[in-house]
Amino acid sequence: MKKILVSGKVEGIVLKSEKPINFLGMVDKKTGIISDKNHDLYQKSLKDTVLVFPSGVGSSVGAYTIYSIKSNQTAPLAMICKKVDLTVATGCALANIPLITISDEEFSSIKNGMKISFDTEFNQIHYQ
Amino acid sequence: MELTKEEESALKGEHGEIMQMAYRILVATGEATDAEKLVPIEWAHLSGVNYNTIGDAGEEFLSGISKYARVKVKTTLNPMGFDIDNVSNYGLDENFISKQLSIKNSYETMGVIPSFSCIPYEIFDIPKNGTQVAFAESNAAIHANSYDNLKTNKESAFSALASAILGKSPYSSLRKEDDPNITIRMKVKNPNELTYGMLGFFAGKVGDTSVNISGLEEMDKRQTKAMCGGMGTSGTCAKFIFGEGNSDCEKIDFDEKEMQNVHDELNTAEKGDIITLGSPQLGLDEISDLAGKLKGRSFQKRCMVFMPRTVKEQSTKIGYTAELERAGCEILSDCCICLSPLISKDSVDAVTTNSIKGAFYLKNSNGVDVNLKPLLQIVEDETR
Repeated sequence: MKKILVSGKVEGIVLKSEKPINFLGMVDKKTGIISDKNHDLYQKSLKDTVLVFPSGVGSSVGAYTIYSIKSNQTAPLAMICKKVDLTVATGCALANIPLITISDEEFSSIKNGMKISFDTEFNQIHYQ
Repeated sequence: MELTKEEESALKGEHGEIMQMAYRILVATGEATDAEKLVPIEWAHLSGVNYNTIGDAGEEFLSGISKYARVKVKTTLNPMGFDIDNVSNYGLDENFISKQLSIKNSYETMGVIPSFSCIPYEIFDIPKNGTQVAFAESNAAIHANSYDNLKTNKESAFSALASAILGKSPYSSLRKEDDPNITIRMKVKNPNELTYGMLGFFAGKVGDTSVNISGLEEMDKRQTKAMCGGMGTSGTCAKFIFGEGNSDCEKIDFDEKEMQNVHDELNTAEKGDIITLGSPQLGLDEISDLAGKLKGRSFQKRCMVFMPRTVKEQSTKIGYTAELERAGCEILSDCCICLSPLISKDSVDAVTTNSIKGAFYLKNSNGVDVNLKPLLQIVEDETR
């Protein structure tokens, strides 16, 4: 872990994207499904995943989308980024979704569908 | 980030859910921006007011927390989606109006001053030099850091709200002494406010946190606001430092060619169906100047003019409002061009404006084409 933005403890299955995510424009705030045809997660649901992606982009209002999907129970269990941005950081803080950043090497080593767990209190990530 | 014992316990939830959430937001923001601690602030300015931008999720969130949350410091507010005095002229649906009024009500319940303005630096007294504030509106944050001797991060709607509730904000890079690694050299001759808007837009693209800027002539308020508005639109950069900077600074020229690039990116029409003025909203000086320019002339098409309510009240007393209305202007308070539901591509193909910030949002959010012209040219071409 490089940084702990929102602390917590989670275990879940990785949904990974190599592309940044714009929560305001690309994510359906009711269903938590990626609606942008040009995105590599098009039509994938974020619900109960550990979402791994390089960083957020776009309007800060996207933080409300993160809060919305949490309220609608379609949010990821946790998010892991390479680079932190304020939209994702505040959105996760608002929604109380654990958020950490990791190194480029660690990011490359994470594969879609992997089981992953982390606990920010002990600063540890486990892969299976 | 180092927290005091009390901050730690609030983050754990020992002072209630609102405090816990507010601290979670400031800690996440602080970690994201390499802050080592929280510092007291004296004034917060909030964005996230327009129902068009925050939507149902924002409305519900604010309605929920307004039952318990109260702001701790002076807190002012960005524009909303309409002017209640003339909203019936714009065909907004009932749902929009009621959700917007709910948002207004939630902020007022929390103790926020309902200023509905993106130019707090022009309509409120500026605190003493070096005062820490937390401004979310980008043009206001840039203006505060660059012209008003205040210190603010370019806050998000959430970090500004959390800062207002806690009276604290993360001590991040923009609050510290900084030393930008880029100097932009203004090379365009005889600049007007549109030129400065494009310069700001360019600066926001090449700068990171702050930029040095050299070669500026003496600027009026319209020009400084245009430059701050332009920069806030294109990136994360939130401070101009005037001068050449260190000798090892990378130097980048803003010349005719770079200006043309920005122009080509944002100017998509030869002429507009309507005209909009006031992004950022116009202050009293600009209204006075506009009233002077319009003496004996009238607009030949719709011209929407955006200003804060307090400025409108002053303008009415002095007689500017009557003069502008005589010349065919539609005067709107409490709202602005950006993300306005009042301009729809169903009825408008293209808008003429002198604002780079306005152009960016008209193009990207409203989906209309934009015709860029400086104010002098607008008055010359569009009035008789």
